[in-house]
Amino acid sequence: MKHALKTQDAADLIPDGATLLVGGFMGVGSPHRLIDAIVAKGARNLTIVANDTAMPGRGIGKLVSAGCVSKIIASHIGLNPETQQKMISGEIDVELVPQGTLVERIRAAGVGLGGILTPTGIGTLVEDGKQKITVDGKEYLLETPIHGDFALLAAYRADYVGNLEYSLTAHNFNPIMALAGKTVIAEPHSIVPVGMISPDSVKTPGILVDHLLERAA
Amino acid sequence: MDDKEIIARRVAQEIRPDTLVNLGIGLPSLVANHLPKEVHVFFQAENGVIGLGARPPEGMEDPDLTDAGGAFVTAVPGAASIDSAMSFGLIRGGHLDMTVLGGLQVDERGYLANWMIPGKMVPGMGGAMDLVAGAKQVIVAMVHTAKGRPKILKECTLPLTARRRVSLIVTEMAVIEPTEDGLVLRETGPGVSVDDILTATEASLIVHGDVPAMRL
Repeated sequence: MKHALKTQDAADLIPDGATLLVGGFMGVGSPHRLIDAIVAKGARNLTIVANDTAMPGRGIGKLVSAGCVSKIIASHIGLNPETQQKMISGEIDVELVPQGTLVERIRAAGVGLGGILTPTGIGTLVEDGKQKITVDGKEYLLETPIHGDFALLAAYRADYVGNLEYSLTAHNFNPIMALAGKTVIAEPHSIVPVGMISPDSVKTPGILVDHLLERAA
Repeated sequence: MDDKEIIARRVAQEIRPDTLVNLGIGLPSLVANHLPKEVHVFFQAENGVIGLGARPPEGMEDPDLTDAGGAFVTAVPGAASIDSAMSFGLIRGGHLDMTVLGGLQVDERGYLANWMIPGKMVPGMGGAMDLVAGAKQVIVAMVHTAKGRPKILKECTLPLTARRRVSLIVTEMAVIEPTEDGLVLRETGPGVSVDDILTATEASLIVHGDVPAMRL
């Protein structure tokens, strides 16, 4: 059984310089309370791995605005002009990765694979410096795993075992990142007694989750 | 009819019943408005839903249900919510029948550039590279020229989205099919002559006999 952590206590687990896998797509399915607490404690030099950086004032965009971030690995930063400005000024190092490749690199880390072979990016800027491997006459890029010190997830419901259920398009990267963080912190909308979530509905088994955040006030 | 409507209507004619289709943000998303009622398809939003529905009435949005542009949407009966690995697995794995995407440039090889303008616009490729590399059919829906300058070129000058020949280019002036032999002019747009199209296109076009007009 897991005791739910206070938001501030969860944020205090995260040291400066850590690599964070953060769930969410344009802020949908991001752990917003945890992000607010990381901003409030004045974290620095974080590496953020996420699909995107949302927009200024929302989700991961708040970490960018507050100067918490020195590196970003993402598929899209187009809706956050602040991320682009900080990339151009050199304050933040940005690595752009195709979305399907990004999620598989995270999954590879989480499921013990040494990388993945993908046709995505062949013949584009993405292939620069990467090994190409031909399988059955078709060319693929070797893409390497991305591990996180922490995975910060948002979920719809949790139980006190840590089992997680997700809602609609708020799944996105969350169930995959749950596999790839050394420490996994989940922020559910609500926490229900053990047994309330049907085993068939559990998308992230509780054994992957180290800490649950207390439910929203 | 404005340019975007011409393009959206014409692209809608390419959609076959009972398929899975992914529409890009902006112009491509308008295609859904022109699908005949009897044609049932599932639209995929790559952020995690198969069976994307219309915009919800104001005040009835679900904050956990958006399209890939972040706009609130609904889901149709029979919809499925999926995570990003499943979503892009469907795209790369050959399970997505068609994607419709906007374009900055397309060239004689049928290669598409639509994700960055070096030094000006570096938003990231998002899902575009996976979509172009993986979808069974790729349709480029774009206006024919940008500020009077051709967008269909001998060779793309902008960074490519994939090294893959797209299936069809639909503009307000023309329907063009990239083939092994080059770009074949299939149809002309409303009030546009073959000469008009050749003038507005840098790439060489293959013209076979009388080119039919779009039937909108």
